[in-house]
Amino acid sequence: MNEEPTQYADVAELNSGKLLSGSVVGTRPVRPDGIDKVTGKARFGADVQLPGTLTGVVFRSPHAHARLLKINVSAALALPGVKAIITSDDLPLITEELAMDKGQPPDFRDLSANILAREKVLYEGHAIAAIAAIDEMTAQQALSLIEVDYAVLPHVIDLQQAMEPDAPLLNEHNITKGIKPVPKKPSNIASRYEQVHGDVAAGFAEAEIIIVEEFTTQPVHQAYIEPHACLAQVAPSGKTDIWCSSQGQFMVQAYCARLLQMPLCDIRVIPMEIGGGFGGKTTVYLEPLAVLLSQKTGCPVSMEMTRAEVFKATGPTSGSYMSIKIGARNDGTIVAVEGVLCYQAGAFPGSPVRLGCMTAFAPYNIPNVKLIGYDVLVNRPKSAAYRAPGAPMASFAAESLIDMLAQKLKMDPIALRMLNAADNGTQTAYGVNFKNIGYRQTLEAARNHPHYSAPLGPHQGRGIASGFWFNIGGHSSAAIRINDDGSVLVSTGNPDIGGSRASMAMMAADILGLAYEQIQVEIVDTSSIAPSDLTGGSRVTFAVGMAVSQAASAIVEDLRRRAALLWLVDQDQVTWSAGFALLMNATTPKRFSLAELAQHSADTGGPITAEITINAQGAGPGFATHICDVELDPETGGVKVLRYTAIQDVGKAIHPAYVEGQMQGGAVQGIGWALNEAYLYDENGRLLNPGFLDYRIPVASDVPMIDTVLVEVPNPRHPFGVKGVGEVPIIPPLGAVANAVARAAGTRLFDLPMSPPAIHKALKRAARRRRQ
Amino acid sequence: MEYCAPGTLAEACAALGAASGTVKVMAGGTDLLPRFAAGTPRPALVIDIKKVPEAREIRQLSDGGFVIGSACSGNQISAQTALVASWPGLTEAMDLIGSVQIQGRASLGGNLCNASPAADSVPALIAARARCRIAGSNSERELPVEDVIVSPGRTCLRQDEFIVSFSLPSRPLRSADAYLRMTPRTEMDIAIAGAAVNLTLDEHGVIQECHVVLGAVGPIPVYALAAARILLGTSLEDEVRQRFKRQVSVMCRPISDKRGSAEYRTDVTAVLAERAALVAYSRAMA
Repeated sequence: MNEEPTQYADVAELNSGKLLSGSVVGTRPVRPDGIDKVTGKARFGADVQLPGTLTGVVFRSPHAHARLLKINVSAALALPGVKAIITSDDLPLITEELAMDKGQPPDFRDLSANILAREKVLYEGHAIAAIAAIDEMTAQQALSLIEVDYAVLPHVIDLQQAMEPDAPLLNEHNITKGIKPVPKKPSNIASRYEQVHGDVAAGFAEAEIIIVEEFTTQPVHQAYIEPHACLAQVAPSGKTDIWCSSQGQFMVQAYCARLLQMPLCDIRVIPMEIGGGFGGKTTVYLEPLAVLLSQKTGCPVSMEMTRAEVFKATGPTSGSYMSIKIGARNDGTIVAVEGVLCYQAGAFPGSPVRLGCMTAFAPYNIPNVKLIGYDVLVNRPKSAAYRAPGAPMASFAAESLIDMLAQKLKMDPIALRMLNAADNGTQTAYGVNFKNIGYRQTLEAARNHPHYSAPLGPHQGRGIASGFWFNIGGHSSAAIRINDDGSVLVSTGNPDIGGSRASMAMMAADILGLAYEQIQVEIVDTSSIAPSDLTGGSRVTFAVGMAVSQAASAIVEDLRRRAALLWLVDQDQVTWSAGFALLMNATTPKRFSLAELAQHSADTGGPITAEITINAQGAGPGFATHICDVELDPETGGVKVLRYTAIQDVGKAIHPAYVEGQMQGGAVQGIGWALNEAYLYDENGRLLNPGFLDYRIPVASDVPMIDTVLVEVPNPRHPFGVKGVGEVPIIPPLGAVANAVARAAGTRLFDLPMSPPAIHKALKRAARRRRQ
Repeated sequence: MEYCAPGTLAEACAALGAASGTVKVMAGGTDLLPRFAAGTPRPALVIDIKKVPEAREIRQLSDGGFVIGSACSGNQISAQTALVASWPGLTEAMDLIGSVQIQGRASLGGNLCNASPAADSVPALIAARARCRIAGSNSERELPVEDVIVSPGRTCLRQDEFIVSFSLPSRPLRSADAYLRMTPRTEMDIAIAGAAVNLTLDEHGVIQECHVVLGAVGPIPVYALAAARILLGTSLEDEVRQRFKRQVSVMCRPISDKRGSAEYRTDVTAVLAERAALVAYSRAMA
């Protein structure tokens, strides 16, 4: 036994503040869920079958805004094969005291009214009733037998119209929060947020150049490929099992318990594979309905949305209107920013406008910033989280303004950003001081990348944009068990939406000193591990990875203790290296493999396991800079993304290929947001494009291979230096594409999406202006 | 809903004749099946013509013309090198439909009978002067493709008829066609505007014959005779192309809808028609 342990993580250093490294972290092994997924064997939300399962379907409003006068389900209920029908009358009333958990959203009264409408329907597709029937055809037939009397009300789809004083009111009792004195009249403005840093009046007085512009963006859907689906089974005892695809089994458990006023311990949620979430599966739509229907019928009930239902009734992220002023000195120093951001909340309050205000200018050290955010109700589905919620649209406005500044000052756009870049110690406009950030390094990497100096042809333009996202930690759980044969099971409570099973296994492997293949990772149900916050906020590799790392080091400690017991020595004399317990200072050095220790576990205290729960702190903020080249067809307005490079400070890439995948995926979603994605409504507020044919996310041939550069400025608060990576990549693309189009077209577009007709129109307008 | 897949033309005709309720003839089903999924009422009978040999074969006639079965898939058509060489525009129009998966099923006959104003292959078929062989329960007839679509979603076919095949005329020397369309996405999209041009040149590069058909700018494809006449006797000189574009714009009668405004469609159609003419011209010269 003479292996040098240097290639493995040094466990003794885990709590010493030094970063771990190893031979597995940083490599690119195949993900454990890969084979099942590519062979079609992985089981998703709609793949659970139980004997006697009923089909659940939802009756939805055809109107954008109407009062519910009467719901008559008797004809539908009389149809043979229909087993139960529920409406909002079947949902418990939620009192004001129980509406929020510790004052934090969601508001469960709103959530309850969203899953089954009370009194009013607030958007086309708003659920009114749910049916359980013996099969799909019967359920569909029953839908046509439900009779609802509506008093159709005027509706408002457009954000700016919704803010007008005479706009139709979604909620007649809505008094804007955050305004003093408290408004006397109700409006569609749910709340006002104000973020003030420095003194903007003084800042603008110093400015030698001021630019003011207005920007709009459209709501965009997360467009996960798997529609919402679940199966619920309520036993006669009341014990309830829910199989579903979500971003958090504990979220589904908690939300169902709250909405249905059931004890948490009566609900077990079994996570299935998730076919994409991007934030859109951080809430519930079908699960409480399936539970209620199962309660009523005593049978398992499965429910699955169609794509049209996903578009009409689940949350996109907000559309926005933003008016922002930026002031700088002639040398490029930005001295002040002031503006208003209005975000569409959808039918209930809760757009991410606050996060938009906080993130918009966070990459820059600007002494005076005042941004006001409005959360606005419109007759559209309630907005939901979407990758870096609130940041991309605000960043589009901010990065467009900075590009305009660069053009006016005839400065290189990267040099201008360098001049104003936030550094360690910079106080953000929202209050936090940055530590261990790598923004400047992303700018340097962009400037030095061959892409940045590549020549451009006619009708081509290059855009630069940066972006910032907080990243979070939060409640996290992990358990590790050593099986008798020495194989290792890592369990977590977080659905794997970005390859996290692989990265958990890799971190555990390096700490235990084992090969990646020796570690198995399971995402377990709510009864099998301690609660963990949902998969979101770019937190899993950081926070759950921290819990896994701590569990692995607890296992190592335990294994050293057990080896010491067997050798009858003090634990301090036993070291752990490369998967072996070593006793080096004995007359003859001894060692135990992990498998040998596992075999002897009965003699050393029983099965070997460790479970860790933490509230992870110290998430590292993420920054990215993207370079985008486009070519315009000046006669048709067509735009082609020629080349795209995404550069990001990722802290430490545990599995670089999956980090690159996150960056590429985010970039492509952002490109779709910038160029083509939009909801189209008719004059009655009905959605015209509830499908992927006319809701145009990019297809593979629409985008070039997205080049990636990983900048690694480690986060000292994580054992391996991890920062969150999943959300930052969707922030810069809107600005990068817009800035590229502006430079290619010689005219700027302030409204997304920049579809071919929009670009065509802008080019025609610019040509007319030149002729005049 | 009943389903049958006759193995011969005669059986298909008999099935059509015997049907009492609503009947849908299906080739690839790439338009029909999604419509069922979207909740459109189902017919009493679906007759799948993919097993009818005449509807599945592509053959070149002794005069150089082609016969293409109405149910031949896009993949089948793209694999016919002689056909692609003679009719690059028609075959590229067919190839633009849908995605790789759709190409394994989608057919010329289905694209025509779906009667969408935005169908990609139809302008190219009309510009090619293609004719349809139409079989009925007790008769057969032949029609030029442009006579088949009467309004969006409607054809002139009787309930007991279906299109068996298309015939393309023989090609004089220095002939070529081209089809271009505008879609926001590169594929898996529906044309906002489309233009097909089919040209024959003399030995001096002067256009002797010309057919121009515009897609998605009217209720049915627009056979732009007046625009085609501008190109006759020319070699697509700059001034000619400007007049041609103006005439194409005049002939567009688009609607504004979720896919594009009338103004945009009109502008883009003129651009596409000019470019298609240039592509067809350079192919014919080659």
